[in-house]
Amino acid sequence: MDLGNQQRIKELAEQYGSEELLVVLGGAEAEASGLAAETVSVGDPTYAGPLAGVSLGLKAYHMFELKNEVDGAIYEEQVGMMEMVLNVDAIISEVTAYRAQ
Amino acid sequence: MSLLTGKKVVILGDRDGIPGPAIEECVKSTGAEVVFSTTECFV
Repeated sequence: MDLGNQQRIKELAEQYGSEELLVVLGGAEAEASGLAAETVSVGDPTYAGPLAGVSLGLKAYHMFELKNEVDGAIYEEQVGMMEMVLNVDAIISEVTAYRAQ
Repeated sequence: MSLLTGKKVVILGDRDGIPGPAIEECVKSTGAEVVFSTTECFV
Protein backbone atom coordinates (compact mmCIF):
# COMPACT_ATOMS: atom_id res chain seq x y z
CA MET A 1 0.00 0.00 0.00
CA ASP A 2 1.11 3.53 -0.77
CA LEU A 3 3.24 4.80 2.12
CA GLY A 4 1.51 8.17 2.26
CA ASN A 5 -1.84 6.44 2.52
CA GLN A 6 -0.54 4.26 5.35
CA GLN A 7 0.42 7.38 7.28
CA ARG A 8 -2.96 8.97 6.66
CA ILE A 9 -4.83 5.86 7.80
CA LYS A 10 -2.66 5.64 10.91
CA GLU A 11 -3.57 9.21 11.84
CA LEU A 12 -7.27 8.63 11.20
CA ALA A 13 -7.23 5.45 13.30
CA GLU A 14 -5.65 7.39 16.17
CA GLN A 15 -8.29 10.08 15.77
CA TYR A 16 -11.41 7.93 15.50
CA GLY A 17 -10.46 4.52 16.92
CA SER A 18 -10.98 1.09 15.41
CA GLU A 19 -14.64 0.84 16.48
CA GLU A 20 -15.76 3.89 14.54
CA LEU A 21 -13.46 3.67 11.53
CA LEU A 22 -13.61 1.06 8.81
CA VAL A 23 -11.90 0.62 5.46
CA VAL A 24 -13.57 -0.11 2.13
CA LEU A 25 -11.38 -1.58 -0.60
CA GLY A 26 -11.81 -1.54 -4.36
CA GLY A 27 -8.92 -3.82 -5.30
CA ALA A 28 -9.05 -5.57 -8.66
CA GLU A 29 -7.57 -8.82 -7.44
CA ALA A 30 -7.56 -10.98 -4.35
CA GLU A 31 -3.91 -10.81 -3.32
CA ALA A 32 -3.65 -7.01 -3.40
CA SER A 33 -6.98 -6.68 -1.59
CA GLY A 34 -5.84 -9.10 1.08
CA LEU A 35 -2.57 -7.23 1.45
CA ALA A 36 -4.42 -3.97 2.04
CA ALA A 37 -6.76 -5.64 4.55
CA GLU A 38 -3.76 -7.12 6.35
CA THR A 39 -1.95 -3.78 6.44
CA VAL A 40 -4.80 -1.94 8.16
CA SER A 41 -5.54 -4.73 10.61
CA VAL A 42 -2.28 -6.29 11.78
CA GLY A 43 0.34 -4.09 10.08
CA ASP A 44 2.32 -3.74 6.87
CA PRO A 45 3.64 -7.22 5.96
CA THR A 46 6.28 -5.68 3.69
CA TYR A 47 7.69 -3.63 6.58
CA ALA A 48 8.08 -0.71 4.21
CA GLY A 49 5.69 1.87 5.56
CA PRO A 50 4.45 3.64 8.68
CA LEU A 51 2.20 0.68 9.53
CA ALA A 52 5.09 -1.81 9.74
CA GLY A 53 4.64 -3.57 13.07
CA VAL A 54 1.60 -1.38 13.87
CA SER A 55 -1.60 -3.27 14.54
CA LEU A 56 -4.44 -0.80 14.02
CA GLY A 57 -7.13 -3.47 14.24
CA LEU A 58 -9.24 -1.82 11.55
CA LYS A 59 -11.85 -3.92 9.79
CA ALA A 60 -11.60 -3.85 6.00
CA TYR A 61 -14.38 -4.81 3.62
CA HIS A 62 -14.23 -5.08 -0.13
CA MET A 63 -16.89 -3.07 -1.93
CA PHE A 64 -18.30 -6.35 -3.31
CA GLU A 65 -19.15 -7.45 0.25
CA LEU A 66 -21.23 -4.34 0.82
CA LYS A 67 -23.59 -4.85 -2.09
CA ASN A 68 -26.59 -5.35 0.19
CA GLU A 69 -25.61 -2.48 2.47
CA VAL A 70 -25.73 0.30 -0.12
CA ASP A 71 -28.31 1.73 -2.52
CA GLY A 72 -28.92 -0.92 -5.20
CA ALA A 73 -29.22 1.45 -8.14
CA ILE A 74 -26.04 3.31 -7.21
CA TYR A 75 -24.20 0.01 -6.73
CA GLU A 76 -25.22 -1.20 -10.17
CA GLU A 77 -24.18 2.08 -11.75
CA GLN A 78 -20.81 2.37 -9.99
CA VAL A 79 -19.75 -1.24 -9.36
CA GLY A 80 -21.93 -3.50 -11.51
CA MET A 81 -19.54 -3.66 -14.43
CA MET A 82 -16.50 -4.60 -12.34
CA GLU A 83 -18.53 -7.20 -10.48
CA MET A 84 -18.98 -8.99 -13.81
CA VAL A 85 -15.30 -9.02 -14.80
CA LEU A 86 -13.43 -9.56 -11.51
CA ASN A 87 -13.10 -12.71 -9.43
CA VAL A 88 -15.54 -11.68 -6.72
CA ASP A 89 -15.44 -14.92 -4.71
CA ALA A 90 -11.64 -15.00 -4.48
CA ILE A 91 -11.45 -11.35 -3.47
CA ILE A 92 -14.10 -11.71 -0.76
CA SER A 93 -12.52 -14.88 0.56
CA GLU A 94 -9.13 -13.18 0.91
CA VAL A 95 -10.42 -10.02 2.59
CA THR A 96 -12.72 -11.95 4.95
CA ALA A 97 -9.79 -14.05 6.14
CA TYR A 98 -7.95 -11.02 7.45
CA ARG A 99 -11.03 -9.69 9.21
CA ALA A 100 -11.33 -12.94 11.12
CA GLN A 101 -7.82 -12.67 12.56
CA MET B 1 -29.14 -1.22 10.49
CA SER B 2 -26.42 -1.09 7.90
CA LEU B 3 -22.91 -2.16 8.71
CA LEU B 4 -21.87 1.30 7.61
CA THR B 5 -24.37 3.31 9.62
CA GLY B 6 -22.68 5.95 11.75
CA LYS B 7 -19.20 4.87 10.68
CA LYS B 8 -16.28 6.90 9.43
CA VAL B 9 -14.97 5.31 6.26
CA VAL B 10 -11.56 5.19 4.62
CA ILE B 11 -11.74 4.28 0.94
CA LEU B 12 -8.85 2.60 -0.85
CA GLY B 13 -9.99 2.39 -4.45
CA ASP B 14 -8.06 0.73 -7.24
CA ARG B 15 -7.52 2.21 -10.67
CA ASP B 16 -7.89 -1.24 -12.23
CA GLY B 17 -10.73 -2.32 -9.95
CA ILE B 18 -13.26 -0.02 -8.32
CA PRO B 19 -11.97 3.57 -8.17
CA GLY B 20 -12.34 5.69 -5.04
CA PRO B 21 -15.08 8.00 -6.38
CA ALA B 22 -17.29 5.02 -7.32
CA ILE B 23 -16.98 3.58 -3.80
CA GLU B 24 -17.65 7.04 -2.38
CA GLU B 25 -20.99 7.23 -4.18
CA CYS B 26 -22.00 3.85 -2.74
CA VAL B 27 -20.83 4.60 0.81
CA LYS B 28 -22.54 7.99 0.88
CA SER B 29 -25.86 6.30 0.06
CA THR B 30 -25.74 4.67 3.51
CA GLY B 31 -25.21 7.92 5.39
CA ALA B 32 -21.70 6.92 6.49
CA GLU B 33 -19.07 9.65 6.51
CA VAL B 34 -16.14 9.35 4.11
CA VAL B 35 -13.08 10.73 5.93
CA PHE B 36 -10.47 9.74 3.33
CA SER B 37 -10.69 8.48 -0.21
CA THR B 38 -7.94 7.59 -2.63
CA THR B 39 -7.40 5.52 -5.72
CA GLU B 40 -4.24 3.44 -5.74
CA CYS B 41 -2.46 1.86 -8.64
CA PHE B 42 -1.36 -1.56 -7.44
CA VAL B 43 0.68 -2.40 -10.53
